[in-house]
Amino acid sequence: MADASYPPELRYHPEHDWARIDADIATFGITWYAQDTLGEVVFFEPPEVGKTVAAGEPYTEVESVKAVSDVVAPLSGEIVEVNEALSDAPETINDDPYGAGWMVKVRLSDAGEAEGLLSAEAYQAELG
Amino acid sequence: MSAAENTLARTVLHGRHAALGARLVPFAGFEMPVQYAGVREEHAAVRTGAGVFDVSHMGEIETRGPGAGAFLQRILSNDVDRLEPGGAQYALLCREDGGILDDLFTYRPGPERYLTVTNASNHEKDLAWFRRQAAGRADVKVVDAHSRYAMLAVQGPDARGHVERLADGRLPPRFRTAELRLLGGGVAALASGTGYTGEDGVELLLPPADAGEVWDALLDDGVTPCGLAARDTLRLEVCFHLYGNDMDETRNPIEAGLGWACREETEFVGAEAVAAARTEGTAERLAAFVLTDPGIARPGNPVEGGGVVTSGTLSPCLGVGIGMAYLPAARAEPGTPFAIDVRGRTRAAEVAVKPLYRKDT
Repeated sequence: MADASYPPELRYHPEHDWARIDADIATFGITWYAQDTLGEVVFFEPPEVGKTVAAGEPYTEVESVKAVSDVVAPLSGEIVEVNEALSDAPETINDDPYGAGWMVKVRLSDAGEAEGLLSAEAYQAELG
Repeated sequence: MSAAENTLARTVLHGRHAALGARLVPFAGFEMPVQYAGVREEHAAVRTGAGVFDVSHMGEIETRGPGAGAFLQRILSNDVDRLEPGGAQYALLCREDGGILDDLFTYRPGPERYLTVTNASNHEKDLAWFRRQAAGRADVKVVDAHSRYAMLAVQGPDARGHVERLADGRLPPRFRTAELRLLGGGVAALASGTGYTGEDGVELLLPPADAGEVWDALLDDGVTPCGLAARDTLRLEVCFHLYGNDMDETRNPIEAGLGWACREETEFVGAEAVAAARTEGTAERLAAFVLTDPGIARPGNPVEGGGVVTSGTLSPCLGVGIGMAYLPAARAEPGTPFAIDVRGRTRAAEVAVKPLYRKDT
């Protein structure tokens, strides 16, 4: 499992999700804290491409041995790509939460929403 | 933070769990380690080597006196006459209507001395039940012995070897108990050849003041510390019941598949109801299942056409979703396909033969 980290180039949602914003497309995943709290991820079924997601609302689930958890969208939009590789290797979410463990790419519907997300510093301050 | 969280009890090993970096969670009123290095690694350690669990949250009730045996025969579902000194026996504690109050192991360390191990969440309820049933019996004394013991479960194919290296004396065989001296004779332990993992091993009842030293010695000898998460996956692979999930006061032993632990001829409290359920059958039966679809069913997931999942996880050894569910009796036979509503998605499952995991699979 990777060491704790919160890359400064990402934006964070308080429900422990990150977004990497590239113009009108954003990549979503869960933070180091989220995967550490879950423990070993053993099941992930990607959502469907074309599905609409809303900021602050669950768009998929991630399961550890012990429990299932909702994954919340940090921003609103439409899913344009999903990380199919996670179906066969869900543990990638633990191993590389900000890289190969990404979950979906979303075409953003409201560019202004990103203003409401937290910096790495602010997110870490929330974690205490 | 709620008041409940402020008043969580701790076992004597709490500091050691924290120092090992365990994730600690509230469980049955205690703050308990759910995992150390990770559930898969801990699960594998118990299946292939040895693991140790701090189960000091579990309670003990001592019943002693010349009438102790007859009293326990009256309240426990199994045939307590067959529990010899030095033995260990599984039984249920039932209400008059057959509802299951708890499932528990009783040891008989001496001819007129019995020790019953309770589930942590049921300890106070069980104790009150024991006392109420014993009221007016001058020849029986019921004592809350929880504070007298810490409990370690050492489990796995190598578990006995590790404990033997610490012990003077022979370890008890399966379903027997033995008094041991550990760590050069300074520590008195009551060992029983029991466990909750489907592996060989022993459970040790220890004076709380000595439990830390025994824990340290086991870890120094290479035993893996294991948490409640691995305890749950291990027990579910071999279809051991978890009280509160797989049975409770609304279920009787027959529908829970625990008729083998009931001897109605002993006329225990609840025997008539159990006999009736055995003769007439029950509407539902607890069945083990394997998911034939991807995914993991969880407790509370409804079964399409009737029934409910009571335990569910991903089996680390089998690599598929497994669990137990109450199903309509006619559809509880191994091989029967059924469907589970897993948070809005239909997942196909099949009733499977117990245990789900066997050494040779």
